[in-house]
Amino acid sequence: MQIRKMLALAALAVFGLTNSAGAADAVKIANVIELSGGGATVGTNWRDAVELAAKQINEKGGILGRQIEVTHYDTQSNPGISKAQVTKALDGEPYVILGPIYSSSTKVNMVEAQRAGVPQIVGSEAAEITKKGNPTLFRTSFGQDASMPKIANYIRDGVKAKSVAVIWVNNAFGKGGRDTVVKELEARGIKVAVDISTEVQQVDFAAEVAQAKNSGADLLFPYLHEEESARLLRELKKQGFDKPIVGETTITNAKVIQLAGDAANGVRAHVGLSPDAPSPLIKKMVQDFEAAYGRKPDHNGLKGYIAVHMVKAVTEKMGKFDQQNFAKTLHGMTITTKDEPGVLMDVTFDDKGDPDRESFLVEVVDGKEKITTVLPPLGR
Amino acid sequence: MAEFVQLLVSGLATGAIYALAAMGFTLLWQTSQTINFAQGEFVMLPAFIMLSAIKLFGLPLYAAFGVSLLVSALLLGFGFKRLLVDPMIRHGVLPLVIATIALGIFLKEGVKLVYGAEALPFPEALPQGIWRFASVSVTVNDIGVLLLVFAMVLALQGFLSRTTTGRAMQAVAQNPDTARILGIDVPRMITYTFLVNAALVSVAALLITPVYLAKFDNGESIGLIAFIAAIVGGFNQIRGALVGGLLIGVIDNLSGAYISAAYREAFPLLLLIAVILFRPQGLLGRAEERRV
Repeated sequence: MQIRKMLALAALAVFGLTNSAGAADAVKIANVIELSGGGATVGTNWRDAVELAAKQINEKGGILGRQIEVTHYDTQSNPGISKAQVTKALDGEPYVILGPIYSSSTKVNMVEAQRAGVPQIVGSEAAEITKKGNPTLFRTSFGQDASMPKIANYIRDGVKAKSVAVIWVNNAFGKGGRDTVVKELEARGIKVAVDISTEVQQVDFAAEVAQAKNSGADLLFPYLHEEESARLLRELKKQGFDKPIVGETTITNAKVIQLAGDAANGVRAHVGLSPDAPSPLIKKMVQDFEAAYGRKPDHNGLKGYIAVHMVKAVTEKMGKFDQQNFAKTLHGMTITTKDEPGVLMDVTFDDKGDPDRESFLVEVVDGKEKITTVLPPLGR
Repeated sequence: MAEFVQLLVSGLATGAIYALAAMGFTLLWQTSQTINFAQGEFVMLPAFIMLSAIKLFGLPLYAAFGVSLLVSALLLGFGFKRLLVDPMIRHGVLPLVIATIALGIFLKEGVKLVYGAEALPFPEALPQGIWRFASVSVTVNDIGVLLLVFAMVLALQGFLSRTTTGRAMQAVAQNPDTARILGIDVPRMITYTFLVNAALVSVAALLITPVYLAKFDNGESIGLIAFIAAIVGGFNQIRGALVGGLLIGVIDNLSGAYISAAYREAFPLLLLIAVILFRPQGLLGRAEERRV
């Protein structure tokens, strides 16, 4: 009996030690993301891809032998709540914070991560985000400063439009995109025929479409979130809008195409990341995502997947978990797919945390995003 | 001018759909003193019932709508009355109001749990196309919505004023005690009203969801607009709810286009304040006195 008790105690002790050692060894990643509210579509894609990447890395032994442990925090698509969630996440002493995607949220919560010195990798695209001199912040996709010049060139040279109707969502993301694209269009001698602001979560776009239709513009440039983009496209079709529609990334997002149905056909866009890109690595990631979740990821899924692999690449380059040197190492770093296939495309980060890589011009044909042109990196 | 007419027609069409939900508000209030703050969720739920019928049984949209009518009648009509209104109403209007708020949250979160937080596509209920008259163009869909809603309102008015059951329902709405003395089966008439409301919200769901897309939180804005429309038009008049809905649809469109998109949601509220201050019974409502 005595021996049995001792064995049981020993087993308990070993089990407890193993468990606590396991917990201590895990690399904590806090994922602060939009899981409800208007950004649920983008946030769900990001979250699922983060989970997928973490699972795949863990199956191959983790990062420098340590398993990744991801904790999700829902921003509810609300900037105030996102700030509270980053603060809460920091209490758990994460190695890195991932997310959010909504720029208005990143704008207010990145200060908390910066104050704590914790690297933050976001999916936000508003131009101003990386202009604030935050040394711990990195994007996974182009900012508007990088994407809008490419769009404006295409509108001038590809579509040859002389005037453009701009419809944008009135928040940090939309205002940043609107300001940047208007500046780029005007610099190329293209007139903004009508400049229409809309609200987040707006449902009825009849008034905006009527205005755009009657403006006489040669082309429509929409810059809204996913659900609003789909509602706008449906209304454009309903009202028989027959001018080209050219946008940036969101407008040809898989979810927008699913929600808008036929109304998305013919829409063109510049996309920094596309699940339909002609890359075997992206195709493999999309297949894995579909196998895991039964649906195709959108570009936000790609962003989330890349974010986790950025953490892996930087840490392996440092050879240790050095939070303080993380940002210093990533600034100016080029991550190739040869070294880290999970970044999906070769990418270089500048001293502000902005990535530079190839991008694509796409068109929606028969309900599918079709790559029409591959654009080279800016090489700034 | 062409743009104005286009905005007016599309505003009327959207407003007509809000009017359907607003009419449900007024009907329930008149017959059973029920203020249903889950009315927006009552419009949201049939859309998901239709989507389920399409996905699970491969039904075409209108057959799925038939299924939704039956399920809504059962759940949002009969079930709502028997399981929530009947036990709560004896405790007064306020507890019932709170219970309907709770029901709204329950329905919203329940749909979120089953269908997720993301919006889902919803098929167009009416044909698409453009009709052009000189420089003015209006969509076939908008005209279709207006015709359908007006046909429904006329049918409802006809039912209430020209049939024995309808007149009995009106009698219950005006004075339940007297109706009871006259031999009218008051509980049955009230149940009919709940069933009519279930039909109204199902039609509203069929028409509004292609615009809103199917999403668990659609009820928040629809419920608020329908409530404002009912008060603006007159909480005790069906035709008041119709006018209130149309007015709000038009104001929303015109203010968004000509004043400010940022404040478009505020204009119906300004109208509500003006009505409460200067004509508390609503634009077409009749003043009621109560002894306290």
